[in-house]
Amino acid sequence: MADFSLNEEQKLIQETMREFAQEEFRKLAHESDESSTLQEDALEKVCALGIFSSSIPEEYGGHEMERSALNTIIMAEELAWGDLSIALGALSPLLMMTPILESGTEDQKKKWLPNFCGESFYASTAALMEPRVSFDPFALQTTAEERGGKAVLNGVKCMVPLADRARQILVYAKGASGMEAYIVDGDAAGLSVGEREKYMGLRALPLFTVTLKDCEVDLDRRVGGEKGIDYNRLLNLSRASLCAMAVGISRASHEYALEYAKERVAFGEPIAYRQSIAFMLAESAMEVDAMRLLAWRAAWKLDRGEDATRESTLAKRYCADQTMKVTDYGVQILGGHGYIREHPVERWFRNGRSFAALEGLAIA
Amino acid sequence: MIDFELSPEALKAQERVRTICENVFRKISRKYDENEHSEMPELHELAEELKGEGGLRGGMNRDFLTNVIVTEELSWGDLGLTLAWPEGGLGNAAINAVATPEQKARFGKATASMAITEPGCGSDTSNITTTAKLDPETNEWIINGEKIFITGGKTYDNVVVWATLDRSLGRAAIKSFVVEKGAPGRELVKLEHKLGIRSSDTVAMVFNDCRIPYENILGSPEIKTRGGFKGAMATFDATRPGVAAMGIGVARAALDFTKETLEKEGITIPYDKGMHDLSAVQKAVLDMEAELEAARLLTWRAATMLNKGVRNSLEASMGKAKAGRMATLVTQRCVEILGPCGYSRDWLVEKWMRDCKITDIFEGTGQIQMLIIARQILGYTRAELK
Ligand SMILES: Cc1cc2nc3c(=O)[nH]c(=O)nc-3n(C[C@H](O)[C@H](O)[C@H](O)COP(=O)(O)OP(=O)(O)OC[C@H]3O[C@@H](n4cnc5c(N)ncnc54)[C@H](O)[C@@H]3O)c2cc1C
Repeated sequence: MADFSLNEEQKLIQETMREFAQEEFRKLAHESDESSTLQEDALEKVCALGIFSSSIPEEYGGHEMERSALNTIIMAEELAWGDLSIALGALSPLLMMTPILESGTEDQKKKWLPNFCGESFYASTAALMEPRVSFDPFALQTTAEERGGKAVLNGVKCMVPLADRARQILVYAKGASGMEAYIVDGDAAGLSVGEREKYMGLRALPLFTVTLKDCEVDLDRRVGGEKGIDYNRLLNLSRASLCAMAVGISRASHEYALEYAKERVAFGEPIAYRQSIAFMLAESAMEVDAMRLLAWRAAWKLDRGEDATRESTLAKRYCADQTMKVTDYGVQILGGHGYIREHPVERWFRNGRSFAALEGLAIA
Repeated sequence: MIDFELSPEALKAQERVRTICENVFRKISRKYDENEHSEMPELHELAEELKGEGGLRGGMNRDFLTNVIVTEELSWGDLGLTLAWPEGGLGNAAINAVATPEQKARFGKATASMAITEPGCGSDTSNITTTAKLDPETNEWIINGEKIFITGGKTYDNVVVWATLDRSLGRAAIKSFVVEKGAPGRELVKLEHKLGIRSSDTVAMVFNDCRIPYENILGSPEIKTRGGFKGAMATFDATRPGVAAMGIGVARAALDFTKETLEKEGITIPYDKGMHDLSAVQKAVLDMEAELEAARLLTWRAATMLNKGVRNSLEASMGKAKAGRMATLVTQRCVEILGPCGYSRDWLVEKWMRDCKITDIFEGTGQIQMLIIARQILGYTRAELK
């Protein structure tokens, strides 16, 4: 029976994460953005919440309750509401963990999953995107070739979060059987992590170019072994999570602009008394809710094990567009003050622009 | 618990309505668009036929979400015919929402339209000038005034009229009254000619010393200066998801048709391609699909809240605002995408574009929905945000 309200567990996740994001992320957001640094401390604190181990079955060292994309994106919205860069960094271990949970062989699960159940943050990430204007996740140019009992990877990846410190990087490449994913050690021969990349937003998040030049990987590092991965599903899980983060950013901007509009006086009354301001706020509130419902539906379908390609794609397009609109309204409502970096709306505006381009930087 | 699954009853009702739309609505859709104000025997025959099944809408006994699903499906068939459906209109929804058991027994079987709008006020419903005065001698209400744009005023028996007991007391003094067919002084004075939904009649009525029994007042006759108007407005919380569903249904008709037509031309809509590999038309269709889904989910949410008895004015307005706007833009775009054929009256797309425009106007224009949303999220009164 159709229903759109959170259950008790989800309410708890939402509340806890909202509080956590407020306490831990909000106070770091400005300084981290200005100095382009990610506070290690924040990563550890997220890890200490047990969000990784709670998705891993006991037999692999975790204390799984029930892995749920929906619950994960409820969390992702809150963390991104706190700060998108820190949220992406803190959740980056999922980029390796989720594909293994989803498609890994028994041996791979045994070998890798316990790492995510430890006390401290297990730095690991994934490399999907490639540095070209017309990047398309369905047409990767990075290749995996089987040669002499090994897989040989070649290609250039970009926007790889925390590649500089990652113990392993999950590299997506086009192989004989379609899209494949390889667990490559951060210090593997043939893999080089380039200079830190510079973007308009996501400034606190260390993002890197990763080059693979005849990088040899053992075949048991191919996620899912012979069977491989369900690439579509992983992309859809990623889109659901990115959508939720887009909701988080949009909501942050909307809330801030709303409070500001009630305080700021022009022509003798609060600017929110004027329809041109009030209607931007109303539209933002409506779109934030619409985005969230679309994201939830994609995750809900994924949790049922159904194909959610259409839902995830539509949600992603919608969320990317609407986030741009809502965060733009955020700046506009603050006027010239919105343009000054003392207010966070310009940061949300810069960060909001990323969603149209991002693929695979977060996963549910 | 978050769940996007429709109940088996909703799916069954949807399926049933879909068949009816394909077999009847779609076949007479153009005919009654071209022949405004003519009798529609097919519709009445169908209504007779369906009586055994409890009618097309199954009365108002169904849950709100199922009603929304059914309304979307009907409107996918034809919005004008949906609005002209012989089982009753908006007045029935109002009666159902607030009537006493005695009133339900008296008026429940009859069809009813709703008359709020006047020549001098539409959006500003608090400003209505139609008056109701009690004649203490006969214990009758005497209604005087003019109402316009009454949907189904010609087809339906009764009309629910909003009138003020005392203009100086403002919104609190506005009450609604059931004026039955044949009441002395009730007169239909005009049949409107419209852009779309032409098979649904829209009329003007004059009430000239129109006398009705005391018991025909809906709700309490007491003038509460606080919150008295809220009851009247609460009807909208229940009906707006339905109007939103109308927009969604018509938009879906246009989008379905556009996709099918494009497919015949060899253009399919991929969900797994990067933006550089999509054509402008494919992008437009993807965007329209996303917009439609967004409007639908907002509307479903508002309906599920009604089912649970949770206050939903904010959510109902979000659904209505989004759906009305979405439908207007989606149908316009579909006409554009189909080129000269889209513009042609040989196909129904141009009609859908004309039909659905009404969903962004009646039951509160898009702007009025934005006002409601804005006031709620800002915590503002009508004086603060005009
Ligand atoms: C086909 C049809 C069927 C109808 N059926 C019914 C019916 O069954 N019963 C009934 O009672 N009425 C009915 N109506 C009337 C309908 O509800 C009104 O037309 C509608 O509410 C708008 O009122 P109005 O036409 O007086 O426009 P106005 O109120 O004059 O509005 C004109 C424009 O100004 C905008 N506007 C008004 N106030 C504000 C504000 N405060 N802030 C910003 N913008 C504002 C409006 O959005 C609109 O764009 C029907 C209308 C039509 C066309």
